[in-house]
Amino acid sequence: MQKIGVFVCWCGTNIASTVDVKAVAEAAKSVPGVVFSTDYQYMCSEAGQNLIKDSVLTYGLTHVVVCSCSPRMHEATFRKAVASIGMNPYMLEVANIREQCSWVHKDKEVGTEKAIALMKAAVAKAMLNTPLTAGSTPVTKRALVIGGGIAGMQTALDIADAGFQVDIVETKPTIGGKMAQLDKTFPTLDCSSCIVTPKMVEVGQHPNITIYAYSEVTEVKGFVGQFTVTIKRKARYVDESKCTGCGACIEKCPMKKVPDEWNMNLNNRKAIYIPFAQAVPKIATIDPAYCLKLNTGKCGVCSKVCGTNAINYEAKDEYLEVGYGAIVAATGYEMIDVSKYDEYAYSNSPDVVTALEYERLMSAAGPTGGHLVRPSDGKEPKTIVFIQCVGSRETEDSCHGGKPYCSKVCCMYTAKHAILTKDHYPDTDIYVFYIDVRTPGKLFDEFYRRAVEQYNVHYIKGAVGKVTPNAETGKLDVQAADLLLMEQLQIEADMVVLAAALEPHRSARPLATMLTAPMDTNDFFTEAHAKLRPVESATAGIYLSGFCQGPKDIPETVSQAGAAAAKVIGLLSKNELVGNPCVAHSDEWMCNGCSQCENVCPYGAITYEEKEFRMPDRTTKIRRVASVNPAVCQGCGACTVTCPSGAMDLRGFTNQEIMAEVDALCL
Amino acid sequence: MASVYQVTKEEIEAISGVNPLKCMRCGRCTATCPSFDNMEYHPHQFVAMVERGEIEKLVRSASVFKCMSCMACLERCPRQVQPAKLIEAVRLAVIRKQEANHLRPDDLPALVDEDLPQQAIVSAYRKFTK
Repeated sequence: MQKIGVFVCWCGTNIASTVDVKAVAEAAKSVPGVVFSTDYQYMCSEAGQNLIKDSVLTYGLTHVVVCSCSPRMHEATFRKAVASIGMNPYMLEVANIREQCSWVHKDKEVGTEKAIALMKAAVAKAMLNTPLTAGSTPVTKRALVIGGGIAGMQTALDIADAGFQVDIVETKPTIGGKMAQLDKTFPTLDCSSCIVTPKMVEVGQHPNITIYAYSEVTEVKGFVGQFTVTIKRKARYVDESKCTGCGACIEKCPMKKVPDEWNMNLNNRKAIYIPFAQAVPKIATIDPAYCLKLNTGKCGVCSKVCGTNAINYEAKDEYLEVGYGAIVAATGYEMIDVSKYDEYAYSNSPDVVTALEYERLMSAAGPTGGHLVRPSDGKEPKTIVFIQCVGSRETEDSCHGGKPYCSKVCCMYTAKHAILTKDHYPDTDIYVFYIDVRTPGKLFDEFYRRAVEQYNVHYIKGAVGKVTPNAETGKLDVQAADLLLMEQLQIEADMVVLAAALEPHRSARPLATMLTAPMDTNDFFTEAHAKLRPVESATAGIYLSGFCQGPKDIPETVSQAGAAAAKVIGLLSKNELVGNPCVAHSDEWMCNGCSQCENVCPYGAITYEEKEFRMPDRTTKIRRVASVNPAVCQGCGACTVTCPSGAMDLRGFTNQEIMAEVDALCL
Repeated sequence: MASVYQVTKEEIEAISGVNPLKCMRCGRCTATCPSFDNMEYHPHQFVAMVERGEIEKLVRSASVFKCMSCMACLERCPRQVQPAKLIEAVRLAVIRKQEANHLRPDDLPALVDEDLPQQAIVSAYRKFTK
């Protein structure tokens, strides 16, 4: 027999000014099942909580209904209070008479009427509430970081420093990411390599970090605290344990015409290569697409010159299966393909380059040794045009169908390019065509103004219409508009630099599918809460670090990487995880095995299994039925509304409970 | 002076199917326009003027007929504003004047000329609005 107590909160004047709380408490007395009701000024205060606890003990209440603010605010408070006197916390129900009632009504009569209705609905649900107990699962004390750029490295270092084991999986032969390819960083003009390579070394030497470079995640199973991940270790054809990175093989390799992706394909490398001198791990890799020995069977020079016998042409991809408690996505970004913007002649002229290519042309470790020259003829450019927002801030239905978002870092790196270029070559004429100059950030606007005022970079509000390579002059004819002076400009440029949009790395989408982590239409991972949980995925145990969550610069990435690490450390420091008992469960006798719940589940919590059933006629039948993993289920309820046979139900929010609430409101 | 062009901003938007509020003033249309030097108002100004309802100024400007309809502005627009469509809508508003001279079927026999392309006759019917 249910004995329900109803506690109506005034919330000072928040509720009491538009709801007659005494009338609500009085009305509760005539609701079947209610044996006690009262009102109080602040139910969430210590005195209010004691009032609830004392009443439960005095009147032997079995269920408690608190009419107060949103359950998101104080449900946990009240549950804890009743739990402290031995009541199952899920016997408590909250009726939201503040956010959904007093705050939205002006008329006290109407507000009171609605508060009474909400109270009755909550009582109706509470009548059916049953005790729920949360299960617990153990936590594997090891973290996986996917991506070895600055985001992944920082997350891994912070987790490792807290004493947990971390593995980094990186697709490239070396960690370091895009930051290692940059020349300088804005707005301080620190040398990017000089700050990122020590980090790479720190990661490489950390006793708690294992780097799986030249590897990919191919399968993720399990759930928070208990992930099992398959890592594909691509064949390097070089034994990692033997190679010393001496470079003798690279020197002798006869295959010289392999585009060097490290230098944005601006020069060539050998078929056996180490991306750059400071690579971590510093191990040679054979490019199977170009190696003569692998493709024709003839050559084998590298194995002959290798002093440690590290070359192995027979190597095969290997697969590892490792258990993790938490996974961090740090897959980073890449530049969009600008060749579809044919008006800028990127495909027609080598002197039209993307900003990342320009970065390599400026870098002392780049293909020109830091000497800025035109890729076409090796001459120093005298006039350079920078075009902003190439592929950013475009609608999907526009002709090029670029990215709708602002890539965030282009305004600043263009100012950096302009300043660095003018610093080295003061007689260069630089034009920057912008839609808006966006420089929110510490010392950012000052930096941009320095480009204008100190370096006389010509910032022009407007756009470039077309770039035409001129065969006679060898230059690029740039036609552009200055919207402030209302002029059309014709500029003879030596180089054009495109600030192309940045997009999440192509590996992010398939990874999100493996992790069952939600993504937005731009392929950015979606955070669990845009404001309050920015480094967590809605999928438990998956954390987000760096550009894969949204455009950000290096300091923002590093901060977010640290925040993600803090969340991971918080998880790994627990021995076991207490789950949310309000999860879905399937009535196996009603389940018809249709798989619809499995298809709608955003968390991958539902699997099907073949199970033996003892039928009424004493035969045994094998049926295919749904089974919910309570550790993965987040209690969203998508499966319960999808299930055609009514087999799926949500504990704490059963179909019966919801219908009772609706009936109480409508009947 | 009362306008002879009884055309509103809403009509221009309806004829063209363009929402001028989508424009972010990047200027790529004007940068790419081959008729820039011959125009009083340039493509991005067209969009802004329609947005502000300054249709009268536009229809009185020779600029609308300097546009060559090359569609480069439409091709390059990153926000799918399509200035060329707006310009075409203004042109239509100018030539489809209310109660202006237009062909009636009765006028046809007198005009039929073997050298005259049939399209010209058909398009003459177009220049009419109810």
